[in-house]
Amino acid sequence: MLIVVLVFGALATAFGALLGFAAIRFKVESDPLVDKIDALLPQTQCGQCGFAGCKPYATAMANGEADINQCPPGGESTILALADMLQKDAKPLNPENGAHSVKRVALIREPHCIGCTLCIQACPVDAILGAAKQMHTVISEECTGCDLCLPPCPVDCIDMIPVDVTIKNWKWPAPNQSTRPDTRSFAVSS
Amino acid sequence: MTIGEYGLILVSTVLVNNFVLVKFLGLCPFMGVSRKLETATGMALATTFVLTLSSVCSYLVHAYILQPLDLVFLRTLSFILVIAVVVQFTEMVVHKTSPVLYKILGIYLPLITTNCAVLGVALLNVQANHGFLASAVYGFGASVGFSLVLVIFAAMRERLASADIPEPFRGQSIALITAGLMSMAFLGFDGWVRT
Repeated sequence: MLIVVLVFGALATAFGALLGFAAIRFKVESDPLVDKIDALLPQTQCGQCGFAGCKPYATAMANGEADINQCPPGGESTILALADMLQKDAKPLNPENGAHSVKRVALIREPHCIGCTLCIQACPVDAILGAAKQMHTVISEECTGCDLCLPPCPVDCIDMIPVDVTIKNWKWPAPNQSTRPDTRSFAVSS
Repeated sequence: MTIGEYGLILVSTVLVNNFVLVKFLGLCPFMGVSRKLETATGMALATTFVLTLSSVCSYLVHAYILQPLDLVFLRTLSFILVIAVVVQFTEMVVHKTSPVLYKILGIYLPLITTNCAVLGVALLNVQANHGFLASAVYGFGASVGFSLVLVIFAAMRERLASADIPEPFRGQSIALITAGLMSMAFLGFDGWVRT
Protein backbone atom coordinates (compact mmCIF):
# COMPACT_ATOMS: atom_id res chain seq x y z
CA MET A 1 0.00 0.00 0.00
CA LEU A 2 2.72 2.38 1.02
CA ILE A 3 4.68 1.68 -2.14
CA VAL A 4 1.65 2.58 -4.25
CA VAL A 5 1.41 5.94 -2.55
CA LEU A 6 5.14 6.48 -2.87
CA VAL A 7 5.33 5.50 -6.53
CA PHE A 8 2.35 7.58 -7.53
CA GLY A 9 3.53 10.48 -5.44
CA ALA A 10 6.88 10.29 -7.19
CA LEU A 11 5.30 9.92 -10.62
CA ALA A 12 2.96 12.84 -10.06
CA THR A 13 5.78 15.00 -8.72
CA ALA A 14 8.00 14.13 -11.66
CA PHE A 15 5.27 14.86 -14.19
CA GLY A 16 4.28 18.02 -12.37
CA ALA A 17 7.88 19.19 -12.37
CA LEU A 18 8.16 18.37 -16.07
CA LEU A 19 5.04 20.37 -16.90
CA GLY A 20 6.08 23.21 -14.63
CA PHE A 21 9.46 23.32 -16.31
CA ALA A 22 7.83 23.20 -19.74
CA ALA A 23 5.45 26.02 -18.79
CA ILE A 24 8.44 28.26 -18.08
CA ARG A 25 10.80 26.97 -20.74
CA PHE A 26 8.25 27.02 -23.55
CA LYS A 27 6.38 30.10 -22.47
CA VAL A 28 4.78 31.99 -25.34
CA GLU A 29 4.36 35.68 -24.86
CA SER A 30 1.28 37.08 -26.44
CA ASP A 31 2.22 40.20 -28.31
CA PRO A 32 1.64 43.14 -25.94
CA LEU A 33 2.26 45.60 -28.77
CA VAL A 34 -0.91 44.53 -30.57
CA ASP A 35 -3.03 45.20 -27.49
CA LYS A 36 -1.40 48.58 -26.97
CA ILE A 37 -2.01 49.62 -30.56
CA ASP A 38 -5.54 48.26 -30.41
CA ALA A 39 -6.22 50.45 -27.38
CA LEU A 40 -5.39 53.56 -29.43
CA LEU A 41 -7.78 52.73 -32.24
CA PRO A 42 -11.35 54.05 -32.04
CA GLN A 43 -12.95 50.54 -32.06
CA THR A 44 -15.51 51.44 -34.67
CA GLN A 45 -14.81 48.10 -36.39
CA CYS A 46 -15.69 49.90 -39.61
CA GLY A 47 -13.12 48.19 -41.81
CA GLN A 48 -12.21 51.37 -43.68
CA CYS A 49 -8.53 50.58 -43.09
CA GLY A 50 -8.92 47.53 -45.32
CA PHE A 51 -8.78 45.05 -42.44
CA ALA A 52 -11.63 43.15 -40.86
CA GLY A 53 -11.68 45.32 -37.74
CA CYS A 54 -9.56 47.29 -35.33
CA LYS A 55 -7.70 44.31 -33.89
CA PRO A 56 -6.61 42.88 -37.26
CA TYR A 57 -5.41 46.36 -38.26
CA ALA A 58 -3.49 46.62 -34.98
CA THR A 59 -1.91 43.22 -35.63
CA ALA A 60 -0.92 44.26 -39.14
CA MET A 61 0.65 47.47 -37.82
CA ALA A 62 2.55 45.54 -35.16
CA ASN A 63 3.93 43.26 -37.86
CA GLY A 64 4.84 46.25 -40.00
CA GLU A 65 2.45 45.20 -42.75
CA ALA A 66 0.21 48.27 -42.58
CA ASP A 67 0.85 51.97 -42.38
CA ILE A 68 -0.34 54.09 -39.49
CA ASN A 69 -2.44 56.47 -41.56
CA GLN A 70 -5.33 54.22 -42.56
CA CYS A 71 -7.88 54.94 -39.86
CA PRO A 72 -10.37 57.63 -40.92
CA PRO A 73 -12.58 57.52 -37.80
CA GLY A 74 -9.54 58.02 -35.60
CA GLY A 75 -8.34 60.93 -37.64
CA GLU A 76 -5.23 62.91 -36.99
CA SER A 77 -5.15 62.38 -33.24
CA THR A 78 -4.99 58.61 -33.68
CA ILE A 79 -2.24 58.92 -36.27
CA LEU A 80 -0.24 61.13 -33.91
CA ALA A 81 -0.69 58.71 -31.03
CA LEU A 82 0.30 55.77 -33.23
CA ALA A 83 3.32 57.62 -34.59
CA ASP A 84 4.35 58.39 -31.05
CA MET A 85 4.07 54.79 -29.91
CA LEU A 86 5.59 53.11 -32.95
CA GLN A 87 8.23 55.85 -33.28
CA LYS A 88 7.37 56.59 -36.86
CA ASP A 89 6.83 59.91 -38.55
CA ALA A 90 3.28 61.14 -38.48
CA LYS A 91 1.73 61.53 -41.90
CA PRO A 92 -1.64 62.73 -43.17
CA LEU A 93 -4.53 60.33 -43.44
CA ASN A 94 -4.39 58.15 -46.52
CA PRO A 95 -7.21 59.49 -48.75
CA GLU A 96 -7.76 56.00 -50.18
CA ASN A 97 -9.19 54.92 -46.85
CA GLY A 98 -11.62 57.82 -46.55
CA ALA A 99 -11.82 61.17 -44.86
CA HIS A 100 -12.04 62.01 -41.21
CA SER A 101 -15.30 63.62 -40.19
CA VAL A 102 -16.88 64.68 -36.97
CA LYS A 103 -18.41 61.95 -34.88
CA ARG A 104 -21.72 60.85 -36.30
CA VAL A 105 -24.35 58.32 -35.37
CA ALA A 106 -26.82 56.47 -37.53
CA LEU A 107 -30.51 57.33 -37.28
CA ILE A 108 -33.21 55.21 -38.86
CA ARG A 109 -36.16 57.10 -40.31
CA GLU A 110 -38.61 54.85 -38.62
CA PRO A 111 -41.74 55.32 -40.78
CA HIS A 112 -39.76 54.15 -43.80
CA CYS A 113 -38.13 51.10 -42.21
CA ILE A 114 -39.52 47.87 -43.65
CA GLY A 115 -37.91 45.61 -41.07
CA CYS A 116 -35.60 43.71 -43.41
CA THR A 117 -32.85 43.20 -40.74
CA LEU A 118 -30.10 43.83 -43.32
CA CYS A 119 -28.64 46.71 -41.35
CA ILE A 120 -28.66 44.60 -38.17
CA GLN A 121 -26.48 42.05 -39.89
CA ALA A 122 -24.15 44.74 -41.18
CA CYS A 123 -23.62 46.48 -37.84
CA PRO A 124 -20.21 45.48 -36.43
CA VAL A 125 -21.05 46.53 -32.87
CA ASP A 126 -24.65 45.26 -32.61
CA ALA A 127 -26.01 48.74 -32.09
CA ILE A 128 -29.17 48.20 -34.11
CA LEU A 129 -32.20 46.74 -32.46
CA GLY A 130 -35.11 45.08 -34.26
CA ALA A 131 -36.60 41.91 -35.65
CA ALA A 132 -37.83 40.70 -39.02
CA LYS A 133 -40.78 42.80 -40.26
CA GLN A 134 -40.51 44.96 -37.15
CA MET A 135 -39.21 48.50 -37.16
CA HIS A 136 -35.51 48.80 -36.32
CA THR A 137 -33.84 51.46 -34.25
CA VAL A 138 -30.29 52.48 -33.44
CA ILE A 139 -28.91 52.48 -29.91
CA SER A 140 -27.12 55.78 -30.30
CA GLU A 141 -24.77 55.26 -27.35
CA GLU A 142 -23.45 52.10 -28.99
CA CYS A 143 -23.26 53.45 -32.54
CA THR A 144 -19.70 54.10 -33.72
CA GLY A 145 -20.72 55.99 -36.85
CA CYS A 146 -18.99 53.54 -39.18
CA ASP A 147 -21.49 53.92 -42.09
CA LEU A 148 -21.57 50.16 -42.68
CA CYS A 149 -25.35 50.02 -42.30
CA LEU A 150 -25.97 52.51 -45.12
CA PRO A 151 -25.22 50.37 -48.22
CA PRO A 152 -27.35 47.32 -47.28
CA CYS A 153 -30.50 49.36 -46.53
CA PRO A 154 -32.90 48.71 -49.46
CA VAL A 155 -35.03 51.81 -48.77
CA ASP A 156 -32.24 54.21 -47.81
CA CYS A 157 -33.89 55.16 -44.57
CA ILE A 158 -30.71 55.52 -42.51
CA ASP A 159 -29.19 58.96 -42.02
CA MET A 160 -25.87 59.77 -40.46
CA ILE A 161 -26.41 62.59 -37.99
CA PRO A 162 -23.45 64.56 -36.69
CA VAL A 163 -23.33 64.47 -32.92
CA ASP A 164 -23.74 67.93 -31.52
CA VAL A 165 -21.30 68.74 -28.81
CA THR A 166 -23.26 69.66 -25.74
CA ILE A 167 -22.20 70.55 -22.23
CA LYS A 168 -22.86 66.95 -21.26
CA ASN A 169 -20.69 65.20 -23.81
CA TRP A 170 -17.96 67.77 -24.42
CA LYS A 171 -14.55 66.59 -23.29
CA TRP A 172 -11.26 68.32 -22.88
CA PRO A 173 -8.94 67.43 -25.71
CA ALA A 174 -6.59 64.69 -24.57
CA PRO A 175 -3.02 65.80 -23.82
CA ASN A 176 -0.63 65.88 -26.78
CA GLN A 177 -3.52 65.91 -29.16
CA SER A 178 -3.86 69.68 -29.29
CA THR A 179 -3.77 69.56 -33.07
CA ARG A 180 -7.10 67.79 -33.20
CA PRO A 181 -9.17 70.30 -35.12
CA ASP A 182 -12.77 69.42 -34.42
CA THR A 183 -12.85 69.27 -30.64
CA ARG A 184 -10.73 72.39 -30.44
CA SER A 185 -13.05 74.48 -32.54
CA PHE A 186 -16.07 73.27 -30.60
CA ALA A 187 -14.33 74.04 -27.38
CA VAL A 188 -13.73 77.60 -28.46
CA SER A 189 -17.13 78.23 -29.96
CA SER A 190 -19.14 76.75 -27.12
CA MET B 1 10.43 -9.54 -34.08
CA THR B 2 11.15 -9.30 -37.76
CA ILE B 3 10.24 -6.44 -40.05
CA GLY B 4 7.50 -8.58 -41.50
CA GLU B 5 5.87 -8.86 -38.12
CA TYR B 6 5.96 -5.09 -37.64
CA GLY B 7 4.36 -4.73 -41.06
CA LEU B 8 1.75 -7.22 -39.98
CA ILE B 9 0.98 -5.17 -36.87
CA LEU B 10 0.64 -2.07 -39.03
CA VAL B 11 -1.74 -3.65 -41.55
CA SER B 12 -3.63 -5.30 -38.75
CA THR B 13 -4.27 -2.09 -36.82
CA VAL B 14 -4.94 0.13 -39.83
CA LEU B 15 -7.36 -2.10 -41.69
CA VAL B 16 -8.24 -5.40 -40.11
CA ASN B 17 -8.64 -4.43 -36.47
CA ASN B 18 -9.42 -0.79 -37.12
CA PHE B 19 -9.84 0.95 -33.79
CA VAL B 20 -12.92 2.89 -34.70
CA LEU B 21 -14.89 0.56 -36.92
CA VAL B 22 -13.95 -2.85 -35.54
CA LYS B 23 -12.92 -2.23 -31.94
CA PHE B 24 -15.33 0.71 -31.50
CA LEU B 25 -12.86 2.90 -29.65
CA GLY B 26 -12.54 6.64 -30.11
CA LEU B 27 -16.09 7.06 -31.33
CA CYS B 28 -16.61 10.48 -29.75
CA PRO B 29 -14.14 12.36 -31.98
CA PHE B 30 -15.25 10.12 -34.85
CA MET B 31 -18.79 11.48 -34.56
CA GLY B 32 -17.87 14.86 -33.11
CA VAL B 33 -15.31 16.36 -35.48
CA SER B 34 -16.27 14.68 -38.73
CA ARG B 35 -18.66 17.37 -39.92
CA LYS B 36 -15.99 19.08 -42.00
CA LEU B 37 -13.06 17.59 -43.85
CA GLU B 38 -10.78 20.37 -42.63
CA THR B 39 -11.35 19.80 -38.92
CA ALA B 40 -11.24 16.05 -39.44
CA THR B 41 -7.79 16.34 -41.01
CA GLY B 42 -6.56 18.50 -38.12
CA MET B 43 -7.91 16.05 -35.58
CA ALA B 44 -6.41 13.12 -37.47
CA LEU B 45 -2.94 14.70 -37.53
CA ALA B 46 -3.04 15.64 -33.85
CA THR B 47 -4.25 12.18 -32.86
CA THR B 48 -1.55 10.45 -34.89
CA PHE B 49 1.07 12.48 -33.12
CA VAL B 50 -0.26 12.02 -29.60
CA LEU B 51 -1.24 8.37 -29.96
CA THR B 52 2.19 7.26 -31.11
CA LEU B 53 3.94 9.27 -28.42
CA SER B 54 1.64 8.24 -25.58
CA SER B 55 1.79 4.60 -26.66
CA VAL B 56 5.58 4.67 -26.30
CA CYS B 57 5.50 6.59 -23.01
CA SER B 58 2.91 4.27 -21.53
CA TYR B 59 5.07 1.31 -22.49
CA LEU B 60 8.07 2.89 -20.77
CA VAL B 61 6.13 3.58 -17.59
CA HIS B 62 4.72 0.07 -17.62
CA ALA B 63 7.96 -1.73 -18.33
CA TYR B 64 10.32 0.30 -16.13
CA ILE B 65 8.16 1.47 -13.24
CA LEU B 66 5.05 -0.63 -12.82
CA GLN B 67 6.38 -4.06 -13.71
CA PRO B 68 9.55 -4.04 -11.54
CA LEU B 69 7.55 -2.77 -8.56
CA ASP B 70 4.75 -5.27 -9.12
CA LEU B 71 2.15 -2.53 -9.50
CA VAL B 72 0.72 -3.67 -12.81
CA PHE B 73 -2.82 -3.50 -11.44
CA LEU B 74 -2.47 0.30 -11.38
CA ARG B 75 -1.79 0.60 -15.09
CA THR B 76 -5.11 2.23 -16.03
CA LEU B 77 -4.59 5.02 -13.52
CA SER B 78 -0.97 5.60 -14.46
CA PHE B 79 -1.69 5.50 -18.19
CA ILE B 80 -4.33 8.20 -17.83
CA LEU B 81 -1.75 10.29 -15.99
CA VAL B 82 0.87 9.66 -18.67
CA ILE B 83 -1.51 10.50 -21.51
CA ALA B 84 -2.62 13.74 -19.87
CA VAL B 85 0.98 14.79 -19.29
CA VAL B 86 2.06 13.85 -22.81
CA VAL B 87 -0.79 15.85 -24.33
CA GLN B 88 -0.10 18.90 -22.17
CA PHE B 89 3.61 18.76 -22.80
CA THR B 90 3.12 18.32 -26.55
CA GLU B 91 0.78 21.29 -26.65
CA MET B 92 3.30 23.53 -24.91
CA VAL B 93 6.21 22.45 -27.08
CA VAL B 94 4.25 22.77 -30.32
CA HIS B 95 2.92 26.17 -29.25
CA LYS B 96 6.46 27.40 -28.69
CA THR B 97 8.32 25.77 -31.53
CA SER B 98 5.86 25.76 -34.41
CA PRO B 99 3.09 28.34 -34.51
CA VAL B 100 1.94 27.01 -37.88
CA LEU B 101 1.50 23.47 -36.57
CA TYR B 102 -0.15 24.87 -33.45
CA LYS B 103 -2.67 26.69 -35.60
CA ILE B 104 -3.56 23.45 -37.36
CA LEU B 105 -3.58 21.15 -34.32
CA GLY B 106 -4.10 23.66 -31.52
CA ILE B 107 -7.67 23.17 -30.41
CA TYR B 108 -7.67 19.44 -31.04
CA LEU B 109 -4.70 18.61 -28.85
CA PRO B 110 -6.44 18.99 -25.46
CA LEU B 111 -9.45 17.09 -26.80
CA ILE B 112 -7.33 14.00 -27.37
CA THR B 113 -6.79 13.52 -23.63
CA THR B 114 -10.27 12.09 -23.42
CA ASN B 115 -10.04 10.01 -26.58
CA CYS B 116 -10.58 6.45 -25.41
CA ALA B 117 -8.59 5.04 -28.33
CA VAL B 118 -5.45 6.53 -26.75
CA LEU B 119 -5.98 4.70 -23.49
CA GLY B 120 -7.18 1.64 -25.40
CA VAL B 121 -3.95 1.42 -27.37
CA ALA B 122 -1.86 1.71 -24.21
CA LEU B 123 -3.82 -1.03 -22.47
CA LEU B 124 -3.89 -3.33 -25.50
CA ASN B 125 -0.13 -2.94 -25.82
CA VAL B 126 0.23 -4.34 -22.33
CA GLN B 127 -2.24 -7.10 -23.00
CA ALA B 128 -0.45 -8.20 -26.16
CA ASN B 129 3.00 -8.05 -24.47
CA HIS B 130 4.36 -5.69 -27.10
CA GLY B 131 7.97 -4.55 -26.88
CA PHE B 132 9.14 -0.95 -27.23
CA LEU B 133 9.18 -0.81 -31.03
CA ALA B 134 6.08 -2.94 -31.36
CA SER B 135 4.24 -0.53 -29.05
CA ALA B 136 5.29 2.39 -31.20
CA VAL B 137 4.21 0.64 -34.41
CA TYR B 138 0.95 -0.45 -32.82
CA GLY B 139 0.19 3.09 -31.65
CA PHE B 140 1.13 4.54 -35.01
CA GLY B 141 -0.94 1.97 -36.88
CA ALA B 142 -3.93 2.58 -34.65
CA SER B 143 -3.74 6.32 -35.25
CA VAL B 144 -3.30 5.91 -39.01
CA GLY B 145 -6.37 3.69 -39.02
CA PHE B 146 -8.25 6.26 -36.98
CA SER B 147 -7.17 9.06 -39.32
CA LEU B 148 -8.09 7.09 -42.43
CA VAL B 149 -11.56 6.31 -41.21
CA LEU B 150 -12.13 9.80 -39.83
CA VAL B 151 -11.18 11.50 -43.08
CA ILE B 152 -13.26 9.08 -45.20
CA PHE B 153 -16.22 9.58 -42.89
CA ALA B 154 -15.87 13.37 -42.92
CA ALA B 155 -15.80 13.39 -46.71
CA MET B 156 -19.00 11.35 -46.79
CA ARG B 157 -20.70 13.54 -44.23
CA GLU B 158 -19.89 16.64 -46.27
CA ARG B 159 -21.76 15.05 -49.15
CA LEU B 160 -24.56 13.88 -46.89
CA ALA B 161 -25.08 17.45 -45.71
CA SER B 162 -26.44 18.42 -49.10
CA ALA B 163 -28.10 15.10 -49.93
CA ASP B 164 -31.85 14.67 -50.00
CA ILE B 165 -32.31 12.52 -46.91
CA PRO B 166 -35.75 11.51 -45.58
CA GLU B 167 -36.74 13.73 -42.68
CA PRO B 168 -36.50 11.15 -39.82
CA PHE B 169 -32.95 10.16 -40.80
CA ARG B 170 -31.41 13.62 -40.97
CA GLY B 171 -28.49 14.67 -38.78
CA GLN B 172 -26.91 12.23 -36.38
CA SER B 173 -29.03 9.27 -37.37
CA ILE B 174 -27.82 9.14 -40.96
CA ALA B 175 -24.28 9.66 -39.66
CA LEU B 176 -24.62 6.67 -37.36
CA ILE B 177 -26.11 4.56 -40.15
CA THR B 178 -23.22 5.56 -42.41
CA ALA B 179 -20.74 4.64 -39.69
CA GLY B 180 -22.44 1.27 -39.33
CA LEU B 181 -22.22 0.62 -43.07
CA MET B 182 -18.55 1.62 -43.03
CA SER B 183 -17.99 -0.76 -40.16
CA MET B 184 -19.57 -3.57 -42.14
CA ALA B 185 -17.38 -2.71 -45.12
CA PHE B 186 -14.28 -2.89 -42.92
CA LEU B 187 -15.39 -6.30 -41.70
CA GLY B 188 -14.46 -7.42 -45.21
CA PHE B 189 -10.83 -7.25 -44.11
CA ASP B 190 -11.50 -9.76 -41.36
CA GLY B 191 -9.28 -12.80 -41.50
CA TRP B 192 -6.48 -11.13 -43.47
CA VAL B 193 -4.25 -11.04 -40.45
CA ARG B 194 -4.55 -13.06 -37.31
CA THR B 195 -3.61 -11.10 -34.23
